[in-house]
Amino acid sequence: MAEQNCLVTNDWICGEYLRSRSQELADATVQHIWITVASVLIGLVVAFPLALLARRGRYFAGPVLGLTTVLYTVPSLAMFSLLLPLFGLSAALVVTGLVLYSLTILVRNILAGLEAVPQEAKEAAEGMGYGPGRLLWEVELPLALPALMAGLRIATVSTVALTTVGSLVGKGGLGNLIEDALPSFFKAQVLTASVLCVLLAVAADLLLLGLQRLLTPWTRTAGPAVAKTEAG
Amino acid sequence: MGVVEDAWTWLTTGANWSGDGGAAHRLGEHLYVSGVALAVACAIALPLALYLGHIGRGGALAVNISNVGRAIPVFAVLALFMMTPLRNSGYLPTIIALVLFAVPPLLTNAYVGMREVDRSVLEAARGMGMSGGQVFVRVELPLAYPMIMTGLRSAAVQVVATASIAAMVGLGGLGRIITAGFNTYDTAQVFAGAVLVALLALVVEGVLVALDRLLSPLRRRAVRTP
Repeated sequence: MAEQNCLVTNDWICGEYLRSRSQELADATVQHIWITVASVLIGLVVAFPLALLARRGRYFAGPVLGLTTVLYTVPSLAMFSLLLPLFGLSAALVVTGLVLYSLTILVRNILAGLEAVPQEAKEAAEGMGYGPGRLLWEVELPLALPALMAGLRIATVSTVALTTVGSLVGKGGLGNLIEDALPSFFKAQVLTASVLCVLLAVAADLLLLGLQRLLTPWTRTAGPAVAKTEAG
Repeated sequence: MGVVEDAWTWLTTGANWSGDGGAAHRLGEHLYVSGVALAVACAIALPLALYLGHIGRGGALAVNISNVGRAIPVFAVLALFMMTPLRNSGYLPTIIALVLFAVPPLLTNAYVGMREVDRSVLEAARGMGMSGGQVFVRVELPLAYPMIMTGLRSAAVQVVATASIAAMVGLGGLGRIITAGFNTYDTAQVFAGAVLVALLALVVEGVLVALDRLLSPLRRRAVRTP
């Protein structure tokens, strides 16, 4: 009885809430995760050719970087609303908006990574008869990986947080629970969903950090890599 | 597309701009909370970052605070504020939330700007007999200026974006046009509100870029010594 009371007295922390709504919480978390993963993966697939295009010279770099920066400036609430006529109230709307946001960080980081590849490494590979494709996949990409992963981590953490705004169209994962709890001032639900959201971001960041260590074993010998934070 | 025309009609209808919940009032609210929050955030973050950068301490704090800021959803913070008595204090919850999200970019960028000043330049300045204060004002501050302005720009963009999300928890600002449109299934109004919010963010960014160029200490020097 004492435990059920916390729902009645509207406590911040409520064990009974966790028990009785565990299914709801799990569903919201799953939606949150798949929206984030889909957005970041699509963002990566779109950002990669854009970064390669931007690398071709100033004529391409200017428009590509300018456009992604403008997209990043548009507030999330406006971005989702502007996409409404195209997608209606759907998860595709939220994913599209999040993809557009992730592009700025991903394109910049991939570009920075590719441009930091030492000229000697490229020349050596060319001298060994590597074509442009093989040069990219076997030399440039692995060397650009730390910068790419740093960008991926920033993009993922931001996307986890931004997904909550998707509750505007009813597809915001844990944000939906926050939105639903607002009219009744349901404290336990707002706090639980918020904490889960932050935990999700931290877990995603650590997971990507682990992946980065796994993919770039050579950076470990030179001491722990200092993750360069995006200033913009 | 019909929606675009309908949104244009919405924007050019005078009645939508006037009155208590009109676009003009919402724009005023938005600019007011954004301006106050940005000023407060600058007053908190800049002295701290410049001091820490000058003495060369607190690097971990400056970097980590921006990572933490990214991981916390704006919507969650605003919703949490609405669960407390803060919800009855007018614009205060919005302003506090805006300050919280404006401090990290300001702090991190100003700190990094101070730390990235070339060590040999600092040594030369000290060798010329400059005091700590003189080094700060004449050497470190002008050289850190571009990064400080970058931080100010991202903070301003962040503040304008966060202020629009305040509407999702029922607080004032331009975002209310959008949420009101959602509540009445008025896609034209949603689109019109979104255009206004996006334009405001782009204008703020543009103004700050212009201000950056105008105030740059290096530019002034270049003009003075032709």
